[in-house]
Amino acid sequence: MPGHFEPTSGGGAAVALDEVEISIIRSLAVQLLELIGPGPAEGAPEDPLAELFAEGPSEPPKDPVLRRLFPDAYGGPGGEPVPPKEAEEQHAHSAEFRRFTENDLRAGKRDNALAVIRSLDALTTAGNGGAVLELSAEESVQWLGALNDLRLAIGARLEIADEEDTDLLYRLPDEDPRKPMVMAYLWLGGLQETLVETLMP
Amino acid sequence: MGRVTAPAPLEIEKTESAEESFAVPEPDVPWVTIVHNDPVNLMSYVTYVFQTYFGYSKDKATKLMLDVHHKGRAVVSTGTREEMERDVQAMHGYGLWATLQQDRK
Repeated sequence: MPGHFEPTSGGGAAVALDEVEISIIRSLAVQLLELIGPGPAEGAPEDPLAELFAEGPSEPPKDPVLRRLFPDAYGGPGGEPVPPKEAEEQHAHSAEFRRFTENDLRAGKRDNALAVIRSLDALTTAGNGGAVLELSAEESVQWLGALNDLRLAIGARLEIADEEDTDLLYRLPDEDPRKPMVMAYLWLGGLQETLVETLMP
Repeated sequence: MGRVTAPAPLEIEKTESAEESFAVPEPDVPWVTIVHNDPVNLMSYVTYVFQTYFGYSKDKATKLMLDVHHKGRAVVSTGTREEMERDVQAMHGYGLWATLQQDRK
């Protein structure tokens, strides 16, 4: 079952990972965490109410990965030209939506990435450095979200904008500097695909 | 499931400003949540999200997913503006690319 999640009797999922695979997932999850940034409550213990009422940002993030993870809620993918007045209105609504949602969305994605790191750190590795990762049903859902975020992040870095881009990446020559990232992207896709199968209602 | 943690006072504030920006209210025109196609999200994952979050049947979730895939976008839910903002936030939580707009017919 290398590279494939399988359902477990308890409603969870399991996958065998080798040493390199564990370290790749962990390192990608840490990078994602760093990109998403620390939560507002980290560091000094603050008034939980103040955190509850803290407003998020109103402008889209500059980084393409973050822009993909936290897209505008009003407007859509461009292409269709809209009158300036309507575009201005969409921008204002997106900004307002962002202020009220982005902190929560960041917290959710942070929790999922942290869950991945925790479950990897809890693994007892065998002599060869590999281990079988066993997830509860709840952990499976967190892993599913984190694997999706990691693939979105890599997809944004690789500038995958449509299906043709994906096809091109499949055919990259071995010496292409993007090759390792593409291999990771495809491998994570296999993990996610088999994990979602174990969770299908 | 959807992460809905915005505290009540913020919701009230939101409603007020929504009324301000729509000087001419169109109460009969519903809002819709639209999911847009993207090449990264797996078809099985998108179907899973539609089933899990909206509670749609496998058939309905699969049909919506295929609409997104082939037509580039699909309306996945309809309701008030506040409800659609909740759905869009949930979709962004799952990593799907979603927007809301007033239904143009």
